[in-house]
Amino acid sequence: MSARRSLVLACAFLIAIHVAALGAGFVAPYPPTAQNRTLPYAPPTRLHFVDEARRFHLLPFVYAWSEEGGIDAAYREDRGQAFPVRLLVRDDASGRLHLFGVDEPARLFLLGTDGFGRDQLSRLLHGARISLFAGLIATALSAGVGWLLGLCAGFYGRWVDALVMRAADVFLALPWLYLLFAVRAVLPLHVSPVHAFLLIVVVIGLVDWARPARLVRGVALSVRERNYVLAARGFGASDLYLLRRHIAPATAGVLLTQAALLVPQYVLAEVTLSFLGLGVSEPVPSWGNMLTALQRYHVLSAYWWMWVPGIALVPVFLAYFVLSEALHDRAAPASH
Amino acid sequence: MAWLARRALHGLVLLFGVSLLSFLLVSLAPGDFFADMRLNPRISEATLRALRARHGLDRPLPERYVRWMASVARGELGYSFAYDSPVAPLLWPRLRNTLLLTGTATAIAWALAVPIGVWWSTRRSAAARHGLSALTALLLAVPDILLGLGFLLLAVRTGWFPAGGMTGVGHEGMSTLGRAADIAWHLALPVAALVLGILPVLVRHVRASVAGVAQAPFVSAARAHGLPEWRIQFGHVLPAAANPLISLFGLSVASLLSTSLLIEVVMSWPGLGPLLLEAILARDFHLVLGLVLASTLLLLGGSLLADLMLLAADPRIRAERT
Repeated sequence: MSARRSLVLACAFLIAIHVAALGAGFVAPYPPTAQNRTLPYAPPTRLHFVDEARRFHLLPFVYAWSEEGGIDAAYREDRGQAFPVRLLVRDDASGRLHLFGVDEPARLFLLGTDGFGRDQLSRLLHGARISLFAGLIATALSAGVGWLLGLCAGFYGRWVDALVMRAADVFLALPWLYLLFAVRAVLPLHVSPVHAFLLIVVVIGLVDWARPARLVRGVALSVRERNYVLAARGFGASDLYLLRRHIAPATAGVLLTQAALLVPQYVLAEVTLSFLGLGVSEPVPSWGNMLTALQRYHVLSAYWWMWVPGIALVPVFLAYFVLSEALHDRAAPASH
Repeated sequence: MAWLARRALHGLVLLFGVSLLSFLLVSLAPGDFFADMRLNPRISEATLRALRARHGLDRPLPERYVRWMASVARGELGYSFAYDSPVAPLLWPRLRNTLLLTGTATAIAWALAVPIGVWWSTRRSAAARHGLSALTALLLAVPDILLGLGFLLLAVRTGWFPAGGMTGVGHEGMSTLGRAADIAWHLALPVAALVLGILPVLVRHVRASVAGVAQAPFVSAARAHGLPEWRIQFGHVLPAAANPLISLFGLSVASLLSTSLLIEVVMSWPGLGPLLLEAILARDFHLVLGLVLASTLLLLGGSLLADLMLLAADPRIRAERT
């Protein structure tokens, strides 16, 4: 029962965060590249419910930062005027509708700002678009290629099998991050963020086809000799029919389990590449290039909210992990 | 021996395959080290052509591969344009450092994982089992990058450990023992990050394979003989469960090598990782090639070690050779 509940929780969380990422333009209070040069590394804005006159407000409100002191002074709230958090705010400049926001001059930085005074929450949500979906698409690619090759290798056997599996051996003989970096090395370094995203997705997806291919091949190899497949073949079923009707469905379980394991790994691959400056580059946010600021020691130790993209990875990975465990138990109930 | 020779030969063939694959990849890359010089008005077209000709970049692909292989055979591993030196002398010290880091991490991770996994498999209470299961799942979900940055924060904040590097100030002047202590002190945090990253995976696998054997009749027989529990677990159950774990050992080396690439950069450990990043940014392809080959060599070394352990642990494989 508890396993089931955690599965539901994990799926709900994953769906919620992916939907929020897709609708980042609406959910996030600010555009991801909007800078506030006078507010670098501003701490998270505090939400207040009780005002100076000790009156309780049902909807939270915030205070603006006091102007005095300049950049070096500590951020202090100007308690003079309260700005209520409003729902469904229309941004005057761009005319876009946002889920929530406050009136100027107050700012709603729920997760603080980075060195350029850009809202971390907005960047986190927009960055999720890049980082999470890079993982998903790359998984679709790598599992798809691996599935096709593994299916062919397992079903046709002989030289097809030998060829595919020897190639897989070569790919598996390399530590995979090194392989990823080597492939990234030969591609152009300075490309637009959109191109970089596509590049990374394709590279991650194509470099790691060998593991899913091996798993699928193993299943296809054993299913091929089952009686019902032999019987269907005896009735004159074509190869294509056998593959489509009997072999491919049998591989679904192991493929899905593997895919749920691969997604977090590929998300991490994108984060790693962007973190090291080989992936999606500024000003477009990805969770990786947002973490790049932590390579400077004062940011690392002084501003905890700069860690948020890294910390956000933990629940995402945990959810995918729960999902893969559940899929594994489904595919092989005997071992449970 | 025939079995081991076959495995070694297999490794050599793989190494050759990797070299061919990565060379093809690198050669198909658009642009080369000299491409950026084209933009410099003080370097003429003729100079560029001459530079390319001197390094053989104008030759057809198969000839370049043969030339490169010849350089590999000479032990130079190609020529780094950025450093203007053969690749091998740049590579070896870095390879040694990475080996030190991942080797230590592998040893410590396994030394911890086996007892913890065995201990976990013998727990009967639901609280202990579920608690450990949740703890390892949580640790599994912590990305390596966060572990690396977290330990870096620890070093920066407390000053207990050096924040990066491999040697401290005045390393050259220390005694041999002092040097070793200095390196060990710098080694502590990167190793801790690597170990913590791989430990949950290993512990889970150890527990699963030990638990799989624990129900076997010979275990009940050993218990009926009145053997102490630790001797049953480590003397009888663990050897019977060893085979999949030894295969996992090879895989853990691969995974640690990948992780150490990132950890080395974050913690500025002078291993293969930072050099690879540098080489990529400088478009120094021969150096990239050399580094990829070096990492493959380490990985193959790990799986060869796993094969040797399998040979020692599994009498069926020893019997096969006769």
